[in-house]
Amino acid sequence: MQNDKSWIPYLLIAPSVIFLALLFLLPLVQTIWLAISEGGVPSLANLQTMAGDLNFRLAIRNTFLLTLAVVPIQIMIALAMGSMVAKVGAGRETILWIWTIPLGISDLAAGLVWLSILQNSGYLNSLLFSAGLIERQANWLSYQTPVALFFAIAIAEIWRGTAIVMVIIVAGLNQVPKEYREAAEVFGAGRWTRFFRITLPLIKPALQSALILRTVLAFEVFAVVYALGGSNMPVLVGEAYTWQNQNQNYGVAAAYAVLIMVISLAATLVYLKAVKVDPERLP
Amino acid sequence: MANIVIDRIKKTFGTFEALKEISLEIHDGEFVSLLGPSGCGKTTLLRIIAGLETETSGKLLIGGTPINGLAPKDRGLAMVFQNYAVFPHMTVFENVAFGLRMQKADQKRVKSQVDKAAALLHIEPYLDRYPNKLSGGQRQRVAVARALAVEPKVLLMDEPLSNLDALLRLEMRTELKAVLQASGTTTIYVTHDQTEAMGLSDRIAVMYNGRIEQVGAPVDIYSHPASRFVGGFMGSPPMNFIRLPVTNGTVKLGNTHHSVPVHTGSDIVLGLRGENVARTPLAEGLRLDVRVAEPMGSHLLLTGIIAEQPVRVILPPGETVRAGDAIGLKPDADRLIWLSPETGLSLNHPKT
Ligand SMILES: Nc1ncnc2c1ncn2[C@@H]1O[C@H](COP(=O)(O)OP(=O)(O)OP(=O)(O)O)[C@@H](O)[C@H]1O
Ligand SMILES: [Mg+2]
Repeated sequence: MQNDKSWIPYLLIAPSVIFLALLFLLPLVQTIWLAISEGGVPSLANLQTMAGDLNFRLAIRNTFLLTLAVVPIQIMIALAMGSMVAKVGAGRETILWIWTIPLGISDLAAGLVWLSILQNSGYLNSLLFSAGLIERQANWLSYQTPVALFFAIAIAEIWRGTAIVMVIIVAGLNQVPKEYREAAEVFGAGRWTRFFRITLPLIKPALQSALILRTVLAFEVFAVVYALGGSNMPVLVGEAYTWQNQNQNYGVAAAYAVLIMVISLAATLVYLKAVKVDPERLP
Repeated sequence: MANIVIDRIKKTFGTFEALKEISLEIHDGEFVSLLGPSGCGKTTLLRIIAGLETETSGKLLIGGTPINGLAPKDRGLAMVFQNYAVFPHMTVFENVAFGLRMQKADQKRVKSQVDKAAALLHIEPYLDRYPNKLSGGQRQRVAVARALAVEPKVLLMDEPLSNLDALLRLEMRTELKAVLQASGTTTIYVTHDQTEAMGLSDRIAVMYNGRIEQVGAPVDIYSHPASRFVGGFMGSPPMNFIRLPVTNGTVKLGNTHHSVPVHTGSDIVLGLRGENVARTPLAEGLRLDVRVAEPMGSHLLLTGIIAEQPVRVILPPGETVRAGDAIGLKPDADRLIWLSPETGLSLNHPKT
């Protein structure tokens, strides 16, 4: 058994496992415990405080609405962008590079970019004013204009978060040899049939990854909301932040954190089931 | 009517000329093979006919109608792709049914057509399986079945049997020919297997370097190659080429003088098929110094030297010849091909 080197992979993996266990699992367990205990004994008090809070329902509603509005649009835009860029020959890399610029911007910075556009003295109002469409500065981001605020946040999120979806989908599209589409075309499939019957099923793995990633991130939306609306539009992570920093109530903050995690896990499970990837049906 | 007219089709990729003004007419119901070495442009020509690639210049007609610029799906043809392109996310049944589904054929017709094609290609056992687990040869047969199932007027096949074992290949070849003949399908069949092309085709177009070197019935091409390339490409062993001097408008092979269409003073190349020789006493015939003698059962294959040039000839299996022997050969005077040493073109081939 002298030449048995089967332990080597474990040795190489060990640091990352230990690292993750210490910096991720431990805090996770602590957070969960924090959420479901009070003064060292198990208790539902934090969860009750959270659920009883005025903003709780609003935060849940806003977060879900945002996710529902943002994720499908992002997937559609990314699919459209990916399909278009697949047809481009020269300059493809440049186009992809430009499209992925938002990837390199932090979400807070993205929020501030859109703030400079949408705030009362921002570019949008200046533009509308000089075009004679409005007579005085309009308010887009206040609590009195929740619909405009919601749209502003949704647009900023779409702008910021579509690039990552596109990167995943372009990678997925690249994996599909063009012969499949060509064969479908020769046998009489039109553009849309080709897309829905051939391309879409074949990029399912990429689509699944993109959906999971984007949905989980959408449930964690915060910085953009905070930059644009302050506390005018409560969302789940925003509430966790408020309880942690303003109210100094770590238990309720932890309860929010756990809730977000549960929702994310549930969404992931739903996607794994709904967008089933059968390895037998892959190329 | 589904005849195909290929009129001066040219295709360049950047500066590379993949097809150099190809012209070919394929009659309704005819089976034409495109035969040629790797990279000569067979797939490119097929893809242009299918509409998957745009020609740089030239015209294409199917059944008298110009199809340039028409989308592949509007050209009314079926194709077997060189790399199969069998859809991985559909069962074999759905793959074979794909074209029929696109035509909105009713369920009954789909079922009967798929069953027919599957039976022909022996893929019934896999109809419910996904292509993922099938072997290359099995996938290839799915691709052929998918094309046959739609009963196309024009069928393009890009090396459709290349991955089958020799036995199955022979069987499929025979069945394919029978089915396509019965249905009167106009077929273009790409292959670089010359026995396959000979066995299947009404006519063969031999391609080389983006050009069609010669078009003709298999026997014509075999017996009357238009060029050194065609002679060397067709047949196994390939045609022998022996460069010989010309004196008084004749070439001397052993004791016999053969008049040739070349003037005195220059050389000529003799194209000689290995089987077109008979043994004769050494003093009377062309001298062959035998290097290797391989008894093949049906014949005796000799590799050796004639006039300081390597040749391979075939003798009846009963001949006793061993390596190191020198024997006399008498070429069949009716089957000699004379070629220009400069251009490699045949000098006795009637120009078509
Ligand atoms: N999209 C392309 N871009 C550039 N060159 C190409 C392209 N497609 C084909 N070629 C070139 O054109 C030539 C002909 O290719 P083609 O695929 O038609 O050959 P083939 O006769 O089918 O060969 P094989 O028997 O190996 O399949 C090759 O030299 C190939 O490199
Ligand atoms: Mg090819």
